[in-house]
Amino acid sequence: MSSVTKNFYDETHTVFGHHKNKFLQWIFSIDHKRIGIMYAVVMFAFFAIAVIIALLMRLELFSPGQQIMSPEQYNQAFTLHGVIMIFIFIIPGIPATLGNFVLPLQIGARDVSFPRLNLFSFWVYVLGVVIAVVSLFPGNGVADTGWTFYAPYSTKTGTNVVMALTAAYLLGLASILTGINFIATVHRLRAPGMGFFKMPLFVWGLYATSWIQLLATPIVGITLILVILERVFGIGIFNPAKGGDPVLLENLFWMYSHPAVYLMILPAFGIASEIIPTFCRKPVFGYRSIAISSAMIAGIGYLVWGHHLFTSGQSDTIALIFSFLTFLVGIPTGIKFFDWVATMYKASIDFKAPMIWALGTFITFIIGGVTGLILGAVGIDIFLHDTYFVVAHFHYAILGGVVSFMFAGIHYWFPKITGRMYDDKKAKIGAYLFFIGFNVLWFPMFIAGNLGMPRRYFDYLPEFTVYHRIATVGSWIFAASLIYIFYVLYKGAKYGEKAGPNPWNATTLEWQIPSPPQAENFGELPYIDFDPYEYKDGEPVHHMDLSIKEEKQHG
Amino acid sequence: MANATVEPEIVYDKEGNAHEVVDFNNDYEGAKLGFWIFLLTEIMIFSSLFLVYAFYFDQNTNDFVQASEHMDRLLGGINTFVLLISTLTMGLSVISLKNNDVKKSTKYIWITIIFATIFLIIKYNEWMLEIGEGFYPSSSYLDSLGNGVKLFFGLYFTLTGLHGVHIIVGIGVMLWILGKIKKGEISSLNFVVLENTALYWDFVHIVWIIVFPIFYLIY
Repeated sequence: MSSVTKNFYDETHTVFGHHKNKFLQWIFSIDHKRIGIMYAVVMFAFFAIAVIIALLMRLELFSPGQQIMSPEQYNQAFTLHGVIMIFIFIIPGIPATLGNFVLPLQIGARDVSFPRLNLFSFWVYVLGVVIAVVSLFPGNGVADTGWTFYAPYSTKTGTNVVMALTAAYLLGLASILTGINFIATVHRLRAPGMGFFKMPLFVWGLYATSWIQLLATPIVGITLILVILERVFGIGIFNPAKGGDPVLLENLFWMYSHPAVYLMILPAFGIASEIIPTFCRKPVFGYRSIAISSAMIAGIGYLVWGHHLFTSGQSDTIALIFSFLTFLVGIPTGIKFFDWVATMYKASIDFKAPMIWALGTFITFIIGGVTGLILGAVGIDIFLHDTYFVVAHFHYAILGGVVSFMFAGIHYWFPKITGRMYDDKKAKIGAYLFFIGFNVLWFPMFIAGNLGMPRRYFDYLPEFTVYHRIATVGSWIFAASLIYIFYVLYKGAKYGEKAGPNPWNATTLEWQIPSPPQAENFGELPYIDFDPYEYKDGEPVHHMDLSIKEEKQHG
Repeated sequence: MANATVEPEIVYDKEGNAHEVVDFNNDYEGAKLGFWIFLLTEIMIFSSLFLVYAFYFDQNTNDFVQASEHMDRLLGGINTFVLLISTLTMGLSVISLKNNDVKKSTKYIWITIIFATIFLIIKYNEWMLEIGEGFYPSSSYLDSLGNGVKLFFGLYFTLTGLHGVHIIVGIGVMLWILGKIKKGEISSLNFVVLENTALYWDFVHIVWIIVFPIFYLIY
């Protein structure tokens, strides 16, 4: 280790020069690492709120009839749960937190291309969050439209839809700005010698995601504005009384919101592609195919939105085309899974906590993905449309895919971010609890949905009671596991042993600098004439010390 | 701020060839790339609206053509002309600055601002004329007309309104740039911000070039 002990927690670049106050040092910091952590703090605070709302909904559904909330409150509860989880938590999700922290480190850059824009995007995000929170209180309270804001109901309901839409618009804008920043960073700031096919696979995932953010988010942005204009001025675009077509809103909405789920999952796949070779001590199998399949998912994912509209009266021809394209997405996703399994084949796998998280997610995500193909088939979808089957599929893919890969990533980069190690055994117990609770919570919904339980209903017929009860008990296990996971991480951050620069014997550049990293990440940069994940006999081929050796200013 | 005199950082490969490390604080190409990508998102926003327009035009062709007769083609035509000239002066200001003629560049930016303001004034009067005749969303007169006419004016106010917002933002950015030129932060050595603004201004006029015919010239 170098003699320099100062890291980015001690010093930072801020946008207005130096501040004495620690809090101001954080909120005005243009250091990508601090911005990533700030995003994480806000996001997980709201994640907790949305989980609590979901627990209350599950409690309401414990028995048929009214328990703890009225039908109107239930509508508002699932809208709030959806808006927070989608727009505030999972869309900024991995890119804004782990991506911000790790992307420049992995490509050997000292920051992102536009550090001030990065901070600005965080402020826009916070503004959106604040408006979303404010929309809870005045008038008839928070929107009750569902997070999809379908017209014509969204143009008529008396709740605070305009505020919710404004919030969603600003959160989308923040996501676009992050995307611009990441693309410019990947194109311009790779360390000398690092071609596109020498980048770590997490960077590939983020890069593909950034393109979706750019190409799809503006569409939903303008769509939300059109709904606002409809409510405020009555421009008629989604109002059937004036010749407008509400289904057009559904099309425009899903033109963004379906690619958005690939926007969420691609960096998550990137995390898996980092963890698998590191804990198998082997070069990743099929590096290029994993990299290119990310771009393929981004490309095809743009053309499948119509599978949300099979029951909306679209023509049979277009339904079949969308169904076919939806099946095509399964191919690049399958390629990734084969590559990961092939990497694990005959490896002496080190079952540390991040690896357990990744493996557990493989199982839940495969269930989520394959049920997606079931729903992508036109005939079956008409039967299962708007049932609990869809709810279960979505949560298996997003919660059991994106969020749990994110937890894998958090456990993987935790020593890099905090400089300390958590208790591996306890972290594994947390992971097992998470997956048990998760499956108990969501699997019964597949069955209930198949038997005809519709989604977003406050009440249900008595024959569904057993499924709802199992799911509600699962939700308690799940919530307990979350508390335990964060408790273990908190203890690790506070009292854990010092992790050192490279606790996992990983090969990518972020592990060749001290943990936590210093203010400008790298002292000396290497010339990258080697691939990521180069292992020989279970040891990384290259060992480097790229820390900043003495007080030195760059740029 | 960027400093053009800093020595570039060099990394050597095994053969001893030198490779420059890109300095993110002073990256002309990065700034251009980032701005082009931003323009791409703007294109997506306006294309979505053009898509909505195309959809309703296809469904209500006759109504759209009829509604278009109420457009003031003279004012719209003058505005097209004004905006095109302002694009020229914006471009000239970039060239002047690259030639280190700060005074001329500043003058051209002011002329651009004036043209942009004229555009907004004409647009405002045109809107007032149309609103005066009862052609605005949810007016009782407009609601008595065909669905296509309602949609036409709904789209018209949305698109020209959004375009107008872009003009106002452009004027704001130009004023900000004038301040930076005065302080010497934008100069013949560091002109990427002005160049990007010129790109933005080009984009704004290209949008108008599409908006103008689809509302004013379809009958």
